[in-house]
Amino acid sequence: MLLQISEPGIKPLKPRRIAVGIDLGTTHSLVATVDDQRPKVLEDGQGRVLLPSVVHYRADHTVDVGYEAIAWQNDDPENTFVSVKRYMGRGRDDLPETHNAPYRFADVPGMVQFETRAGTVSPVQISAEILKALRERAIRALGDDIAGAVITVPAYFDDAQRQATKDAAKLAGLEVFRLLNEPTAAAVAYGLDQAAEGVYAVYDLGGGTFDISILKLTRGVFEVLATNGDPALGGDDFDRAVYDWMLREAGISAPNAGDARRLLSAAREAKERLSEQDSAPIIAPLSDGAAVRCTLSRETFDTLTSDLVKRTITPVRKALRDAGLSIEDIKGVVLVGGATRMPCIRKAVADFFQQPPRVDLDPDKVVAIGAALQANALAGNRGDDDWLLLDVIPLSLGIETMGGLTEKIIPRNSTLPLARAQDFTTWKDGQTAMSIHVVQGERELVSECRSLARFELRGIPPMVAGAARVRVTFQVDADGLLSVSAAEQTSGVEAKIEVKPSYGLNDADITRMIEDSYKHARHDIEARRLREQKVEALRLIEATEAALAEDSELLSADELVVIHENMRILKETSDGNDWEAIKKAADALNEASTEFASRRMNHSIRKALAGQKLEELDA
Amino acid sequence: MTPEATRNYFELFQLPPSFQLDLDRLDRRYREIQARVHPDKAAHLSDTEKRLFLQWATLANEAYNTLKRPLDRARYLLRIHGVDTREEDNTAMPPEFLLEQIEWREELQAAVALKSLTALDGLAARLRKEMNSLLGSLATLLDVERRHPAAADVVRQLAFLEKLGRDIDQAQTELEE
Ligand SMILES: Nc1ncnc2c1ncn2[C@@H]1O[C@H](COP(=O)(O)OP(=O)(O)OP(=O)(O)O)[C@@H](O)[C@H]1O
Ligand SMILES: [Mg+2]
Repeated sequence: MLLQISEPGIKPLKPRRIAVGIDLGTTHSLVATVDDQRPKVLEDGQGRVLLPSVVHYRADHTVDVGYEAIAWQNDDPENTFVSVKRYMGRGRDDLPETHNAPYRFADVPGMVQFETRAGTVSPVQISAEILKALRERAIRALGDDIAGAVITVPAYFDDAQRQATKDAAKLAGLEVFRLLNEPTAAAVAYGLDQAAEGVYAVYDLGGGTFDISILKLTRGVFEVLATNGDPALGGDDFDRAVYDWMLREAGISAPNAGDARRLLSAAREAKERLSEQDSAPIIAPLSDGAAVRCTLSRETFDTLTSDLVKRTITPVRKALRDAGLSIEDIKGVVLVGGATRMPCIRKAVADFFQQPPRVDLDPDKVVAIGAALQANALAGNRGDDDWLLLDVIPLSLGIETMGGLTEKIIPRNSTLPLARAQDFTTWKDGQTAMSIHVVQGERELVSECRSLARFELRGIPPMVAGAARVRVTFQVDADGLLSVSAAEQTSGVEAKIEVKPSYGLNDADITRMIEDSYKHARHDIEARRLREQKVEALRLIEATEAALAEDSELLSADELVVIHENMRILKETSDGNDWEAIKKAADALNEASTEFASRRMNHSIRKALAGQKLEELDA
Repeated sequence: MTPEATRNYFELFQLPPSFQLDLDRLDRRYREIQARVHPDKAAHLSDTEKRLFLQWATLANEAYNTLKRPLDRARYLLRIHGVDTREEDNTAMPPEFLLEQIEWREELQAAVALKSLTALDGLAARLRKEMNSLLGSLATLLDVERRHPAAADVVRQLAFLEKLGRDIDQAQTELEE
């Protein structure tokens, strides 16, 4: 029995659209694309593929990104940001390690912000600088603007961290096709490269995050069965373990920010060297002219870090249990992330899974390559060999109930996209508003889960207590992002929702930041809007034409006329320069083809099942 | 047929509405549908189509999960037959069943007090066996004898056991941390 997914529901567009995959890592970032059917990682002017995720702010507000920023690390630590991914979507209370960071934290609620000599910046803005650098690299390498990007995130990232990543991409002027989980991206790259089938575990230990995903690979379907991880565990923590040991060895208690940076860099160098050698000499000059000199043996290193290694095994166990599987069910273990080069990690993984892990693909590049493959597919560039990705929500979603307890509404590891409706009622006569607190996490106490947002429902028609029935629908899309809508059931009135994200930015913030970055050139914004609307219009016209070519028999003659007429108007307006008119015409065409689109879906599903029934008869 | 108008999940997958279900077939049809309606397939399409794909894919997941999990499938079948399992307000259970529950709970508490993962694993395994035997009788009640009220009683008992399973799971998780 063959699963036929080769014929996509709707034919892709003809013109090739350039799409890229971006691995926005804690320590390194990469950009890749698919060129002539083959994925390839793009290089900078000097032939390097890894861009260090480091951003330096200068006094004149210009920034250095990557290697140029690294050069500032020791001399200007306050304005040089490393591992900023750890701060995405995080408040100050979430960060036990902040006392060690050399940054000046701004005193603001919500997501952390830093004071720099170029003003206050958020992790979202810093990440946007990295993304901009990669976007420019891609434009230079490919000679054309890019239509969109798939950006990877740790599978265990919660809603706030995902939203922050998406916001950073918007700020960098990237159209986000999709946020893709890093281990899933790796599985796509690995699965397609090795034609793998069966249940695989992807163990991804990067610079700052750890993910474990269990996936089932069957003919063109990548299905995540369970995922788990630790969003604050990675190679950085191994550096810190060595650093703490160095301080003890050298009898230093409180190094200044510059020294701390130098010692950390030395610690990391030694750690990386120990992947090849049995011992590593460490020499780190200090600002007072002295130097720390010592030798770290692999044995000592393994002892220093054994707890960190163990901390990765607990999530592995949980993921296996959630998937309802045991070790014997796992056909292969794929290692991803630079930190999996450490022998202690390879040994721990081999011991746990009772098989040697697979290291066929470059652990630095595999995530970016998977993202590029997916971006290419999403751009509509793939013809016949398409695949399906079914991913899951990593952490349960819940709402706060009486006594600070969480009531789970969506359990972790549910396949995306998904929706859950929940009814609420008023507890006071004439009550017209209520507030819902949404949290993410596995614990019973609200205070031990991550607060995502408070939703303020307004405009409930006044009734006696308990008579109103407000149905709140929680929708989680394929990116793992939550949106909420509400309607009063007895009157049908849509309640208005005001979202107060606990750690994120709201849409107005994003718009303001984008406009700020164009502050001195009003017409830039207009030009950009016009360009975007024209691209959008072209895309819509092409999609509609393709749909008509395929399924116009699903329409009556009258309906056909209406769609053609709307298409003609859109074509006409999009030759002009009025972006608002183009948008209006596009909306009108969208509206006019809603029913058509819906019929086409039904048709496509019926056809699919009919085809499958025939195959079942044959089998 | 809009996603909202698709009332019957069995019809969606074109499978006969019975408790005993060809799960391989369900799997294949689910994937066949997702391959057509998943939002990834609409990334290059219009906003209207994007929204439609999202709705359909959400419905397909909901339908698949309902039919895949035996207890949800049973509830769903009973609802089709107009029987409400009334799990929130009907807690009347046979006394032997309640006694058993007390024993399960005591064992769970003992395992937690001992911090014994092995004991919890053993408990989880026994619970699975117990649930499987109840699911067997549910199949007879629903598909053969068509005794729906009796089936609703068994569903309520199974819901109790499922809750116990989740508590064991939670205890395992907390112990591992
Ligand atoms: N040879 C090596 N031995 C040990 N560790 C290494 C080696 N090479 C790289 N690393 C470590 O790998 C980590 C970086 O890995 P990687 O580039 O995969 O992370 P990232 O993608 O930036 O982070 P994340 O995926 O967590 O966001 C760093 O901690 C680095 O020190
Ligand atoms: Mg990574």
